Amino acid sequence: MNLAADLFSVVAIGAGVFFYLAGTVGLLRFPDALSRLHALTKADNLGLGLVVLGLLPRAESPLAALKLVAIWALVQLAGATTAQLIGRAVRRKGSAA
Amino acid sequence: MILLQALDIGLAFLVFAVAAWTIFARGAFAATVGYVVYGLLLSLVWIRLFAVDVALTEAAIGSGVTGILLIGAAARLRGAEAAADEEQPSGFSRLAIASLCVLVALALAAVVLLFADQGPSLAPQAMQHLPETGLGNPVTAVLIAYRAFDTMLEKVVLVLAVVGVWSLAADKYWGGAPGEARAERPEPTLAFLAQILAPLGILVGVHIFWVGADEPGGAFQGGAILAAMWMIVMMARLTEAPQTRARWLRLALVAGPLVFLAAGVGGAIFAGGFFAYPPGFAKPVILFIEAFMVLTIAVTLPMLVTGPPRREPRR
Repeated sequence: MNLAADLFSVVAIGAGVFFYLAGTVGLLRFPDALSRLHALTKADNLGLGLVVLGLLPRAESPLAALKLVAIWALVQLAGATTAQLIGRAVRRKGSAA
Repeated sequence: MILLQALDIGLAFLVFAVAAWTIFARGAFAATVGYVVYGLLLSLVWIRLFAVDVALTEAAIGSGVTGILLIGAAARLRGAEAAADEEQPSGFSRLAIASLCVLVALALAAVVLLFADQGPSLAPQAMQHLPETGLGNPVTAVLIAYRAFDTMLEKVVLVLAVVGVWSLAADKYWGGAPGEARAERPEPTLAFLAQILAPLGILVGVHIFWVGADEPGGAFQGGAILAAMWMIVMMARLTEAPQTRARWLRLALVAGPLVFLAAGVGGAIFAGGFFAYPPGFAKPVILFIEAFMVLTIAVTLPMLVTGPPRREPRR
């Protein structure tokens, strides 16, 4: 049981780290601001989501697990809002520099 | 263990790199973004040093509130920046500035590196007298009990800063409201964020203040979170800043230092010393003072960010 939980954590966190890596590569390599935003939001959304998922079995109490999920939800909210605001600013400027 | 050390060294290099990037960044806005990132990295460093209270303050004040103040300043200076770029200081004065900075950095590094392994510390005394305050968090005990006078004066400095910002108003705007007026149709994205985040943030802010007695947190961090929530609601233009002549606003600004000072004088009368707390009754007094400090911080920081009054006062 313990081994299964550990394995689950390693796989989930590893997958989360992969999404962060992919998001960072996208941020550095994609040609324009909107596609760079697209890469970043994947890292926030899936990357952090998988890391939190992997940490859930290791949480000390159900309350601590709930806090982890709340952090993910708040980051989602902030990330989505920022992406919208930056996207709008880019469109208003007319250039995708 | 080795993994953690590698992480620490990587973090230290990252802090250096971001600091250098901030210095060499072209344009005030880019430098401000670098500074905010630098502050967030520093708060990670503080967590690695097991100073969670400092990490919270660094993230909220050092990175958050200072960052937003600098972004506001950068936005206002945008027009003047090109002109400032042209009047570069002469080669000699640039060299002098650079060598002075290097000298200061070297002196600081020398002081840190020459520390004795076991530096002088008041931590044992602080822990020894912790039970007398009824608190569980030694940082809060230091701030509100051991060096109460300093903390009270820090709040006075904050209020003076607001007075300084307000003094920049034109005569006809004195007493009027700062910032943007409430919009008929608020910016939808920000309004959405503000409506969901503000209730949660207020809960978290009050929670951080309340647990600060026994765990990392406290009046400053909690107040800063409450201040951020008010700022978000004002930025989304769901509401507008109050008139600076409003009585409740001015009362809230001075409530923290005033209650603190009153408690200090009360200590002189009832507990035998200026800022002494009555034995066995210290914790309620401390929490009472802190509650008013939270209020003052939550009002002061947004007033610093929204700036001087820009509209004529209404009767």
